Amino acid sequence: MLRWIRQQLGFDPPHQSDTRTVYIANRFPQHGHYVPQKFADNRIISSKYTIWNFVPKNLFEQFRRIANFYFLIIFLVQLMIDTPTSPVTSGLPLFFVITVTAIKQGYEDWLRHKADNEVNGAPVFVVRSGSLVQTRSKNIRVGDIVRVAKDETFPADLVLLSSDRAEGTCHITTASLDGETNLKTHIAVPETAKSQSVSRLEALQAVVECQQPEADLYRFVGRITVTEQGEEIVRPLGPENLLLRGARLKNTKEIYGVAVYTGMESKMALNYKCKSQKRSAVEKSMNTFLIIYLGILLFEAILSTILKYAWQAENKWDEPFYNQKTEQEKNSSQILKFISDFLAFLVLYNFIIPISLYVTVEMQKFLGSFFIGWDLDLYHEESDQKAQVNTSDLNEELGQVEYVFTDKTGTLTENEMQFRECSINGIKYQEINGKLVPEGMTDDFPDGSVPHLSGEEELFLKAVSLCHTVQISYDQTDSPPTTFPYANGVSAQMEYYASSPDEKALVEATKRYKLLHVLEFDANRRRMSVILQTPSGEKMLFTKGAESSVLPYTKSGEIEKTRLHVDEFALKGLRTLVVGCRRFSTQEYEEVDRRLHEARTALQQREDRLTEVFAFIERDLELLGATGVEDKLQEKVQETIEALRLAGIKVWVLTGDKHETAVSVSLSCGHFHRTMNILELVQQKSDNEIKEDHVIQHGLVVDGSSLSLALREHEKLFMEVCRNCSAVLCCRMAPLQKAKVVRLLKTSPEKPITLAVGDGANDVSMIQEAHVGIGIMGKEGRQAVRNSDYAIARFKFLAKLLLVHGHFYYIRIATLVQYFFYKNVCFITPQFLYQFFCLFSQQTLYDSVYLTLYNICFTSLPILVYSLFEQLVHPHVLQSKPALYRDISKNSLLSFKTFLYWTLLGFCHAFIFFFGSYILMGEDTSLMGNGQVDKLFHSVTLLAFSFIFPFSSLSPCCACLQILKANRQLMFGNWTFGTLVFTVMVITVTLKLALETHFWTWMNHFVTWGSIAFYFIFSLFYGGIIWPFLHTQDMYFVFVQLLSSGSAWFAIIIIVLTCLFPDVIKKVLYRHLQPTSTQKSQASPPLQTSGGGVLGTQGCYRLVVVHHRKLLRLSGRPDQHVSNIPSLLTAWLHMQRLHTPGPTALCHLLWLTGIPVHIYTCFQCSSLSENDPYQETVIETYQGLSCVESLCCLSEGERGCGRLGQLVERVMGHCDPGRVSRSWSDPDPFYSNDRSVLTLSPVEATHC
Amino acid sequence: MMATSYNAKEEDGHRSGPSITAGVSTDRSKKPDNTAFKQQRLPAWQPILTAGTVLPAFFAIGVIFIPIGIGLYVTSNNIKEFEIDYTGVDTYSPCFNCSQSYSWNSTKPCTCVVSFSLDQAFEGNVFMYYGLSNFYQNHRRYVKSRDDRQLNGDMSALTDPSKECEPYRKNVKPIAPCGAIANSLFNDTLELNYIFLNGTQVQIPLSKKGIAWWTDKHVKFRNPGGNNSNLLPVFQDTTKPINWAKPVYELDITDPDNNGFINEDFIVWMRTAALPTFRKLYRIIQKNSMMTPTLPRGNYTLHITYNYPVRSFDGRKRMILSTISWMGGKNPFLGIAYITVGSICFFLGVVLFIIHQKYGNRSKGAEIPS
Repeated sequence: MLRWIRQQLGFDPPHQSDTRTVYIANRFPQHGHYVPQKFADNRIISSKYTIWNFVPKNLFEQFRRIANFYFLIIFLVQLMIDTPTSPVTSGLPLFFVITVTAIKQGYEDWLRHKADNEVNGAPVFVVRSGSLVQTRSKNIRVGDIVRVAKDETFPADLVLLSSDRAEGTCHITTASLDGETNLKTHIAVPETAKSQSVSRLEALQAVVECQQPEADLYRFVGRITVTEQGEEIVRPLGPENLLLRGARLKNTKEIYGVAVYTGMESKMALNYKCKSQKRSAVEKSMNTFLIIYLGILLFEAILSTILKYAWQAENKWDEPFYNQKTEQEKNSSQILKFISDFLAFLVLYNFIIPISLYVTVEMQKFLGSFFIGWDLDLYHEESDQKAQVNTSDLNEELGQVEYVFTDKTGTLTENEMQFRECSINGIKYQEINGKLVPEGMTDDFPDGSVPHLSGEEELFLKAVSLCHTVQISYDQTDSPPTTFPYANGVSAQMEYYASSPDEKALVEATKRYKLLHVLEFDANRRRMSVILQTPSGEKMLFTKGAESSVLPYTKSGEIEKTRLHVDEFALKGLRTLVVGCRRFSTQEYEEVDRRLHEARTALQQREDRLTEVFAFIERDLELLGATGVEDKLQEKVQETIEALRLAGIKVWVLTGDKHETAVSVSLSCGHFHRTMNILELVQQKSDNEIKEDHVIQHGLVVDGSSLSLALREHEKLFMEVCRNCSAVLCCRMAPLQKAKVVRLLKTSPEKPITLAVGDGANDVSMIQEAHVGIGIMGKEGRQAVRNSDYAIARFKFLAKLLLVHGHFYYIRIATLVQYFFYKNVCFITPQFLYQFFCLFSQQTLYDSVYLTLYNICFTSLPILVYSLFEQLVHPHVLQSKPALYRDISKNSLLSFKTFLYWTLLGFCHAFIFFFGSYILMGEDTSLMGNGQVDKLFHSVTLLAFSFIFPFSSLSPCCACLQILKANRQLMFGNWTFGTLVFTVMVITVTLKLALETHFWTWMNHFVTWGSIAFYFIFSLFYGGIIWPFLHTQDMYFVFVQLLSSGSAWFAIIIIVLTCLFPDVIKKVLYRHLQPTSTQKSQASPPLQTSGGGVLGTQGCYRLVVVHHRKLLRLSGRPDQHVSNIPSLLTAWLHMQRLHTPGPTALCHLLWLTGIPVHIYTCFQCSSLSENDPYQETVIETYQGLSCVESLCCLSEGERGCGRLGQLVERVMGHCDPGRVSRSWSDPDPFYSNDRSVLTLSPVEATHC
Repeated sequence: MMATSYNAKEEDGHRSGPSITAGVSTDRSKKPDNTAFKQQRLPAWQPILTAGTVLPAFFAIGVIFIPIGIGLYVTSNNIKEFEIDYTGVDTYSPCFNCSQSYSWNSTKPCTCVVSFSLDQAFEGNVFMYYGLSNFYQNHRRYVKSRDDRQLNGDMSALTDPSKECEPYRKNVKPIAPCGAIANSLFNDTLELNYIFLNGTQVQIPLSKKGIAWWTDKHVKFRNPGGNNSNLLPVFQDTTKPINWAKPVYELDITDPDNNGFINEDFIVWMRTAALPTFRKLYRIIQKNSMMTPTLPRGNYTLHITYNYPVRSFDGRKRMILSTISWMGGKNPFLGIAYITVGSICFFLGVVLFIIHQKYGNRSKGAEIPS
């Protein structure tokens, strides 16, 4: 980009070649015409701003946002024309919004600067003038020789010159670039490889010529010219010679390399592209609403302008004798006046577009996203990982997911491979207690008797142990020994690095074979091979790979049997590999060797030629056998998938695994049910009919090749089938295909919200494609995590992330958006209505200060706090009843219907504010103060005043006293009228939010009542002073005068109530007549009297102990078990990693303790949780005890129940049916995770 | 973001080197704090609007509001109000002639007398208003056409009034008080005579004190120089508003505390009305010390010095007499509103109660068959 600009500007020489010439150690030729090339320095800049350009650049960025630009225009209009409101009214909120956003962005950029500085300032060793010099990373120039030691990252793209090994090889891992954790071997050209010390490097005379930087990590074409004793040797350079910035040196003590691409030109930097901005559905609806409101605004402005001219056609209205125009107004042209009138109305009504919406939404998202990281339920103890939020923009999207695409390996499974079975030459073997036992035999070999290995077995084991890329790292002796056990249990002294975890599990040790060639694994061939020289001198090829890519090339061996075994392994959910070999004759090997060498050194089309050669080599294989490696399922995968399904989310598993493995894992993780009719669409090479039949639950299995066919030619039909399937499994998927499936669903007519979960680099494309990308912090590097929007440690956390956090965030932000539009309609509509009474003269109803502060002070905090803390339903309920997720699906809270409801509500309220005040003001008489009965109000006002003006002059207090004494009717005027409307509005709008709030923490109370109080105090203060810098004193004592009128108070009360009570009615009626499942689950409504609440652990625990004691006493037994309970509880909680156990879980615990009476406590906990904490007292009086037996019916606990029942009957002797109905919640239509624990038995219920 | 990806700590998934693993044990755990705030379980009140919870509120509103409404309504009805239009639109009305002559500040005032009778006696303090209709005091150009600093006695503003006062800012000399509002000061004079049965007339004393806001009179409006008794020198560099017959310092020469900017009639006028039809307090008829009502029933004459032209904009001028109650002026709507809302609440309470009962029964019914 930079280069392009520079080229365009002519800074770079026009004859910029396609290659760059790098003189090693910058020893430029002494003679000849040398044109110095300019290269970028090694500074990485990820920050957007510098101190100098922050202000202009940030402002520019911010004003590119349409809403900000709109307000800027309004502000400029206000500056230019004669407008009803001062520019401050829109300038101040705009300034506020811009400042808040700038601070946030500045902070983020500062973090980036810090990270950049850390990277750029990292110490590196560079060979300069014959010695090793330590310098900073940013000082590396192209041509510098850099020394990198073990476990260091490369500071720039280097061409390997030499390593501490004689052959010039080194190992690196590129986990941070592409997520591959295997070790890759890179080599130096032999001519430079011997320059292993600084002094010898000093003598090195070489020039590297290579292509200009490009982003492809795996492409590098160049050549090195080494001058040795006057003789020039040219060697080709390829990717295997290039060490990429960001990769890490492993297993090699140190290397020297010459920097060829530095800084922003390094491949890593070129690969870094800004993640495409994902926008949530909420944001999209928000923008739609904004456009609708813009429409309303324009409509109102145009209507007002037209009406103005219609009404002012006559001179007596336009310019009565008492209200003459100025000369300037008279003389300005008609069209100009028209435009300026239109703009003035635009300015007058512009507050209908909520200016602080964006900033509030941004703050809500930013602050709200902390809760995900803080959530203990999303914290994985074993790996010490907590959930991570990479983008807070998508929080609410978590509540909208309709399709989940999940990777299998590492996401559903642990990605911990364990060798289980193998098939050798058609015989199946199992691993039992560390020994390989043929099928049918039991582990009855006496120890020590080593069974004789057949030739095939031996060959198979050889193949398995030789055909790999596993590297063994012997620890340096200088590093302190450690007892850290490595993943596969090998001692710390030996470490294995492998390109895939499968291999690691297979390998125990390497032997004395000479490795001749490695035909590396690639995703297209899906196999890898090695060519070896056996100790006997024989040349052999060992190949292993997916069965579909090896079996076709085999020609001998037990092919059929092995195929059967492979399928069998796969059915058990094992990952399979097929192993084959080929013996080369000497001539054959020579040809192979020659062709390989040619292909490897080819400068053109190297890859194509290599593929060709590989195909030539890997054929006519002798089948040796197959291995089966188990990948354990992660815990709670089944429950999670079940929960997601109940939440109405369709789960698709996309995996690269083979069909049978995938199906069996799907079955074991509950993705497929045994009862499902499984449609299979596999092995479709040609165009066949896809049939659809009518079983209720379908599961679909598709493989990669069939899928691409289906997508190509039967897209619609395929989608139709897919949508009707409750579970879809796609196997044999290439990474890009995964993304393609996601995109296909994303763009299908219903435009569902998709979520992709994955852990590996191969899931990145899918993660980036989906609306929400979730990375699992697994074993396959952090590539997925880094590209994801959210990262969690285990798949099971997805349930809480979606069902609880997603639900909360969605409800919070949806209400936030709707409420913002509502409150601004309320705000500006009275102003519009007022125009009908003031000749459309653009007279404002409210004072400028009120106009300015309405959105940023009086009504901003309650909604922000609401949107951070609201919990419509308790999180436990959300998690245990996934079906509640359906209530918010399809963006239901932001549907057009709800939007219309809120907007109309806003208009209705505005009408009530305005006309209510209008009627009550009458002709300015009825609100007139009298000052006799209103003494109470007066004294309150006076008190408030003496607080506000404790030291200032006595005049306001005097004034108050005078007003108190006033016993006359005074006339109020337009400002008082506006203040009345405004007061009513602030109170109503705040209380409306209070009605919406279901979760009143102290903060909600503080901001809700605080906002109203602040409004009153501010108004008293603002109206109590003659402001020296304002040229009008319109508001002087207006507010006090208003409050001094008794009828004003009556009016405020009645208007607020009139506005709110239809809303209350609507809520109550809907709740009773058409309750949503969310509302049903909020509490058992019938006899609910005082709100629901869930006991925390503390409360429940206390109850357990208290009531346990009581019951024991009642039953006349000694106080025996009580002391056990605390420790039990703690231990169990610890075991379950539960911090806030649900009541049912607690019951479970208590039931486990085996004490019959605990059932009573169970009842208390569970019933309490679903009702209110105040019942505690009720229960303490033993009123509820009479019905205990009807409730405590654990399915297996009837014995205890019965006894308790008798006891209770003896004690109480009666039963109040009302109690029973209270304790009974509605017949629960939802699935509960804990259903096995506490089941209400209807038979027991009739006990009473 | 990019730079952080170099961070060695998160480079690869598994910790590989022993040097790194040695550091692990000293690393602080990333485990989030188990606090109520971070785990989103702050103690909270969770109200749910159900029939059960709102029922008492509705009944309470009904029970409280209906009596309040009745009280307000009765109070409002007890307020006596009398209104008479003296614009003189009709040819037979006494002020027709005056209204025809379009004189704003003619030297020879036009007077007319309107007679009326009160059917009921007005007791207590009686308030006398003038009312104007179709007069847009709330027009933006009008509302802003004033200079509060000038009115607050600021000397610099006196001689250099705010630009907002245009075109009533300067008439060669700066105008004091400037602006359209001041310029259009209501300048009719109203006098009230009671006619005894024997035909003799007696003028009813009208008090002009205390008709403006106390704060306006004492704080917001101030004569320049602070000396109310001798205003002429202060205003000598200014000129009177165009429509005025006399300068501001002669508004009430009898009372220095009611002269100049602190003239109460002027202050009342300067408080712009919210709506085009409005009334403004003109005079107060103080309650007699004797047992007789302030305004006994009978015949009265209203003597008008007719100056204020309203015909040009179809305006109307009225004179209103009103008594007062504890809740202010006459307004039946407030009482009606309270009665209506109270009744609806009560009614809905009953409806909800029925629903509640039905719902409760239903849930019980659902349980019995099981």
